[in-house]
Amino acid sequence: MRAFRIAEAPFEIATERLRLLAHQAGAYVSFEGWVRDNNEGRAVIALAYAAYQVLAEAEGNRIVDEAKARFDILDAACVHRIGRLELGELAVWVGVSAGHRDEAFSACRWIIDQVKSRVPIWKREHYAEGSEEWLHP
Amino acid sequence: MSVTVLYFASLRDAAGVDSEVLDRPESLAALYQSLRARHGFSLAPERLRVAIDGAFSDWDATVSDGAEIAFMPPVSGG
Repeated sequence: MRAFRIAEAPFEIATERLRLLAHQAGAYVSFEGWVRDNNEGRAVIALAYAAYQVLAEAEGNRIVDEAKARFDILDAACVHRIGRLELGELAVWVGVSAGHRDEAFSACRWIIDQVKSRVPIWKREHYAEGSEEWLHP
Repeated sequence: MSVTVLYFASLRDAAGVDSEVLDRPESLAALYQSLRARHGFSLAPERLRVAIDGAFSDWDATVSDGAEIAFMPPVSGG
């Protein structure tokens, strides 16, 4: 299984986490991005994500490889949803295993920040008042 | 002597299609300029990234016959 993948349907974090288990690891840090009911003062009722899948997976895997080179970690993985997501659903998961917690926390934060800024995935917000909008920050 | 152009997010909405097959353009910049005029894309080219055949590319890259070109708006994953 590749370190970064796009998921078209809900996925189990427990299964993803198992891939990171190692006897050398003393720490595991994860991040979950959830669908929130508001953004910049507007009431949000659902999201839809779209990706340029082949490039998103290539860039996501580059990010994980870079994280392994930059931080003293054992392993890392990330899964990002596409399609329509309801409030509270899991949109993105990052997991990092390391010998010690400092590097695991740092790498996890770095990976989610890089994913948000570099991977060709787009979010469409569906608002309570009925409109929809792609976010292009 | 053609290329395929892929559209994503707001560009896909504006174009009304996922992709188009077009004559091979002189440059990526010239291609985007013509698409912008035809589809009414609001995003300036400075705000886009481009890819050729599934890999990020520079705007001044040579466009080969049969290339698959993507113009990508600012991303908003996570």
